[in-house]
Amino acid sequence: MKKFLATLLALTMVLGLAACGGKKTEAPAETPEKTEEPSAASDVKIGLICVHDVNSGYDAAHIEGLTAACEELGIDVNSQVVFKYNIPEDETCYDTAVDLAEEGCTIIFSDSYGHQSHMQQAASDYADVTFVSCTGDTAAPSGLANFKNIFPYTYESRYVSGVVAGMKLKELMDAGTVTDPYVGYVGAFPYAEVVCGYTAFLLGIQSVVADAHMDVTYTNSWYDPVAEGEAANALMSKGCVIIGQHADSTGAPSAVQAAQDAGTVAYSVGYNIDMLSVAPKAALTSAQNNWSVLYKATLEKFMAGEEIPTDYAAGYADSAVMISALGESCAAGTKEAVDAAWSGIKDGSLKVFDTSKFTCQSAENGSYQVDADGHVTSAFGLDTNGDFVADSGEAIVDGAFQESVLRSAPYFGLHINGITELN
Amino acid sequence: MSAVKQHKEPLLRIAKRDGIARSKAYAIRIVAVLLSLVVSGIFIFTVTKLNPLQVYEAMFDGAFGSNRRSWVTIRDAMMLLCIGVGLAPAFKMRFWNVGAEGQVLLGGIVTAGIMLTFGSALPTPALLVVMAAASLLAGCVWGVIPAIFKAVWNTNETLFTLMMNYVAIQLTSYCVALWENPFGSNTVGVINQQTKAGWFPAVFAQAYGLNVILVLALTVGMFLYLKYSKQGYEITVVGDSVNTARYAGINVKKVTIRTMAISGAICGLAGFIAVAGASRTISTSTAGGRGFTAIIVAWLAQFNTFVMILISLLLVFLQKGSIQIASQFNLNDYASSVITGIILFFILGSEFFINYRVIMRSGKEASK
Repeated sequence: MKKFLATLLALTMVLGLAACGGKKTEAPAETPEKTEEPSAASDVKIGLICVHDVNSGYDAAHIEGLTAACEELGIDVNSQVVFKYNIPEDETCYDTAVDLAEEGCTIIFSDSYGHQSHMQQAASDYADVTFVSCTGDTAAPSGLANFKNIFPYTYESRYVSGVVAGMKLKELMDAGTVTDPYVGYVGAFPYAEVVCGYTAFLLGIQSVVADAHMDVTYTNSWYDPVAEGEAANALMSKGCVIIGQHADSTGAPSAVQAAQDAGTVAYSVGYNIDMLSVAPKAALTSAQNNWSVLYKATLEKFMAGEEIPTDYAAGYADSAVMISALGESCAAGTKEAVDAAWSGIKDGSLKVFDTSKFTCQSAENGSYQVDADGHVTSAFGLDTNGDFVADSGEAIVDGAFQESVLRSAPYFGLHINGITELN
Repeated sequence: MSAVKQHKEPLLRIAKRDGIARSKAYAIRIVAVLLSLVVSGIFIFTVTKLNPLQVYEAMFDGAFGSNRRSWVTIRDAMMLLCIGVGLAPAFKMRFWNVGAEGQVLLGGIVTAGIMLTFGSALPTPALLVVMAAASLLAGCVWGVIPAIFKAVWNTNETLFTLMMNYVAIQLTSYCVALWENPFGSNTVGVINQQTKAGWFPAVFAQAYGLNVILVLALTVGMFLYLKYSKQGYEITVVGDSVNTARYAGINVKKVTIRTMAISGAICGLAGFIAVAGASRTISTSTAGGRGFTAIIVAWLAQFNTFVMILISLLLVFLQKGSIQIASQFNLNDYASSVITGIILFFILGSEFFINYRVIMRSGKEASK
């Protein structure tokens, strides 16, 4: 939008301005350096760098999460937390992180993946400040003692939101309204984080409708309401009945609601925030992260002077993930199915990436092996440089892919049968 | 039978000024800035109920509140200035180069590519020279292509240069996917984070000292080139009238292509400064719309490169200030964009009153 305005302004000037002379030189203004008083050890000051502002559901979840964590810990949000909004994933992030450090923040969080390498740079320059890159994955390889990653087990909430979608799909098929269990998914980028999410979502659906299959479209942006809406429309026109999403706007649910109002049979499963306000009839539920749990655990350790784990991940057992309130369109019995899935995840009897529940073609690059039936027998744990040589760990343990155990950020990159990436 | 129809004199008439004293022109500009602050103040108070003075103070704090903030502001202003200086010769020739964005990106791509490929093979000074030369060349090529089409086939350069931006953006996306690190992240990350090979060294103990030196040298050089060199004179003549230029025996095709080569090359160098001197990474936001913002800089300064320093500082100041007030007062980002918009509107509007005067009905002609 800013770019557009600048273009418009520029074009207006190109067309309309008459020339006129004028000379003036001025040296860049200098201001005296401001001295900051050092903060006491108990006196924590927190910075949060957001890639967008509260209008994006993802950032809203972080802002609310940190606010809730601070309230529980007795930290005054107004005086002890500095929020920086709309910080792009470039050197602006470094400038902002360093600026926060100089303003006296002792622990600084950033909420977007792309902030990570700039946060890491700031961490190497300011050794006495702790930098936490949420959803990042290079804290361990960086070897920096003051650089951390945190990530919730989002795949658990995606699986359970898949169960909700599966129940609806089953209801529609039982009624004969729908014959093809065709699911669409609006993804942001082809990262492991997204692959892990949509695979868990489909596995949740398949736990109810075994022959469900899914198409995925990438928007190549975390937040693009128009592109997300268009992607949802394209998927619905191909016949998708359920539209899931791993992107941060309300674009897809709004598009699904509009299509439903026009007579299409389609339902939406959102992400981050409750979508019922924009899609009262089309939204079934949303997969949600409860970031306050992760922020609270990190801040507690930080304030107690304990070592913060380099990678910290938590799931439903710690209330770090959840799904939003079920919409009125949800099928009968959904509540019971959801409760059963949650309790299975909690007591460990239900493993989201149970290798007996999905099949793959064997990977040409050797990153995972499959048996004669297509069930995965072994897979790389971490391969951060993409050379298809495992860096550390085996991901398949006890017949399931162990996600977010070797590090906090997802590394599930298996392409399972039944999912087609459209772009 | 026929009554002479009496034409009523309009309440307001607008007449072009023949000329205006420089002091008066500046008085108009200063009044415009003050008025813009008053109007933004009213906006701030009615919408947010905040004290406008506090908001202005916060804006200043955001841009110059600490030594580092001042340097970041200066660094970004230098970046904008560099592109503005690059645009100056093309615009003075009335060649509407709106393709700076793409020229900057091309310069950035080759810089990042060399930094990645030869980061461990060459010492940093040699690396910097190679990267600067390559970025000059890349920007030059990107600028010359539309210039040749304009010179030979008289194509519309505004559309051509604009379209070249989109090609450059796609090329950047391709390179980002090619060089992504860590694998699968779709970002290049900070290049040579450990070795710092190919990064601008600190000059006078200032991390961005070299940026300032390079850009100010270009600023002075471009001023002299446009004002005192034969080529600069040719640019002015071609800009004023192509026919006059032909009559005077100026080779318009040659001047067009040569000027765009210079313009593109400087914009390419801006890409080098952006990558090696500031971000140490490459993405589609490396240019970040500055190729368009610099058009405003060049126009507002009437292609005077020294005035551009002031305009770039003002624009970057507004941008940094708006980030600060969004954070400090928990204002929506759009609120600060509105303030920036009001201030720019008044500054642009003041040019109207410098070039035209308004005459009231029945009043005496306003003094010239």
